Amino acid sequence: MSLQLLTYLVVGFTFVIYIGIAVWSRAGTTSDFYVAGKGVHPIANGMATAADWMSAASFISMAGLIAFLGYDGSVYLMGWTGGYVLLALLLAPYLRKYGKFTVPAFIGDRYYSKTARIVAVICLIFISFTYVAGQMRGVGIVFSRFLEVDILTGLLIGMGIVFIYSVLGGMKGITYTQVAQYCVLIFAYTVPAVFISFQLTGNPLPQLGLGSEITGESMYMLERLNQVIQDLGFGAYTDGSKSMIDVFCITLALMVGTAGLPHVIVRFFTVPKVADARRSAGWALLFIAILYTTAPAVGAMARLNLVETIWPGGSPETAALAYDERPDWFRTWEETGLLGFEDKNRDGRIQYYNDANPDYAPIAEARGWEGNELSVDRDIIVLANPEIANLPDWVIALIAAGGVAAALSTAAGLLLVISSAVSHDLVKSIFVPKMSDKGELMTGRVAAAVAICVAGYLGYNPPGFVAQVVAFAFGLAAASLFPAIIMGIFSTRINREGAIAGMITGLVFTFGYILYFKGVFFAPLAENVPENWLFGISPEGIGVVGMLINFTVAFTVSRLTAAPPAHIREMIEDVRVPRGAGGAHSH
Amino acid sequence: MSKNTSREAYWTATLKLMAGCLAVWFIVSFGLGILLVEPLNSIQLFGYPLGFWFAQQGSIYTFMVLIFFYAWRMNKLDRKHDVHED
Repeated sequence: MSLQLLTYLVVGFTFVIYIGIAVWSRAGTTSDFYVAGKGVHPIANGMATAADWMSAASFISMAGLIAFLGYDGSVYLMGWTGGYVLLALLLAPYLRKYGKFTVPAFIGDRYYSKTARIVAVICLIFISFTYVAGQMRGVGIVFSRFLEVDILTGLLIGMGIVFIYSVLGGMKGITYTQVAQYCVLIFAYTVPAVFISFQLTGNPLPQLGLGSEITGESMYMLERLNQVIQDLGFGAYTDGSKSMIDVFCITLALMVGTAGLPHVIVRFFTVPKVADARRSAGWALLFIAILYTTAPAVGAMARLNLVETIWPGGSPETAALAYDERPDWFRTWEETGLLGFEDKNRDGRIQYYNDANPDYAPIAEARGWEGNELSVDRDIIVLANPEIANLPDWVIALIAAGGVAAALSTAAGLLLVISSAVSHDLVKSIFVPKMSDKGELMTGRVAAAVAICVAGYLGYNPPGFVAQVVAFAFGLAAASLFPAIIMGIFSTRINREGAIAGMITGLVFTFGYILYFKGVFFAPLAENVPENWLFGISPEGIGVVGMLINFTVAFTVSRLTAAPPAHIREMIEDVRVPRGAGGAHSH
Repeated sequence: MSKNTSREAYWTATLKLMAGCLAVWFIVSFGLGILLVEPLNSIQLFGYPLGFWFAQQGSIYTFMVLIFFYAWRMNKLDRKHDVHED
């Protein structure tokens, strides 16, 4: 059977499962639609959260990112897992106790203000749309790469599938499809990793393989990797090149941002009890950790494989790989443009080294090299992994199904929070307060359908900045929603005026700083280099400063204005104890 | 004990447990994985430099254990202060 047919079969089979689940778990009430009727088992919710959270970027790009960043890649590993500790300790159980359907609903009630609720809706929509456009793009790319259809067709198929199960099933449909999608994606991710770890180190567990000796040699994997890449003028893999304050701030911004992402928070509204919300966060992290502890091993091992393929003699003193002798997978991925070769010194060999390192330039010159000749797209680390390791075709088909599952599950989760913010927080609470449950459910479905179309459009025509700002959704969440929720639970003194002022200043500062260096509708106002950064913090980490500004402004303004009314204090005290967290209620 | 003082005691105990857990969270990631990474890298854990291990593996395992530990202790606290569900 040809690889393409096999890929169609495997991906098609997973689609049948997703649609089957959608039909089985149709939403009948708004509670089903927004929070799956609050009846999801904590372990199932943990799996759904993991799929909701791990996007096309986690699945396809992260290992490659780490492969080329080395130690600096740790910011993503710690940042995107440490946020779950904050979620479990500071947010999830209290928001679950409060028992409303959406994050803006909590903010609006706690700060007794429709304005606060609308500000929260704006933050939520802004964060979620930047994020979802990246996902839809990911769906299109995965389809076009593996199924050999063009990006638009891929995008339309993806939109169609998400449409069926999110419009029909709402949160209930999404939850159970996410459970299935988690199983597909984790299997697809770990199978090639186990093979590669075993081939390289003899240890089938990638997490242990990364710390093991290379088969047949008395040298550790990481030691060898450090040595071969330093020979090529790169920094040591296990050392970083970012400044410590920047690593610190990016990690913290990603952690806090994770805890403040609405589509993640809302998953914890679906479990039956407060105690379940705490436990479920642990399960979610366990399921996420399976991928996140495997990724650094995949990254390091693939980097070593790549360098050793290009330098078959094991060191740059010997000749590099001749272009005519390149392996089959090299040819395959060259066609997609993910690998590129330019014979700068016209010797027919592929010299791969760090030509940006001035100390290394004399060495390269002495060897007759005229610049790095290999360009590598980081996504290749995961996508080409099975071929580099000579794994069977069904593993390659599996990677395609896994990539699609990762992108679809995250897109569906995001689309749901957008549609609930529109139908519940805007239409129902502001414009048509007397709407019936049925009417609201219909509004929710329409909002989801519209959101899918907008997301699809953004995925097809990314407005230039989308790719740049996806990572900044975290900074914006860290600077706006996270502080407002935390202060709402842990302080009885923060009032309406403080919270609104805090959210707005945090958001404006963070957004402004990112625009200043990245430019969106105009050229950046300053070059994005460490010398120009505030305290040496890059735009990726600036959400931390935005968060501190939010806290400071909120405290100061609250001190200067009237304390919250008595019924709000009672509400806060009630949120802090688990007893009485009944079923869902919408008022 | 009246309902209010009992609730206050529960909240104080919760905050204490939370502070302890957050201290561990901070120490393994920001402490051992970032601030102290260089000195720790001179120690080897099998093939891993120790600081690098904390940054790419150890911190994640610790986070996981931490959440389950917190959930377990909170359940005990809920019962002790009679604020548990059902």
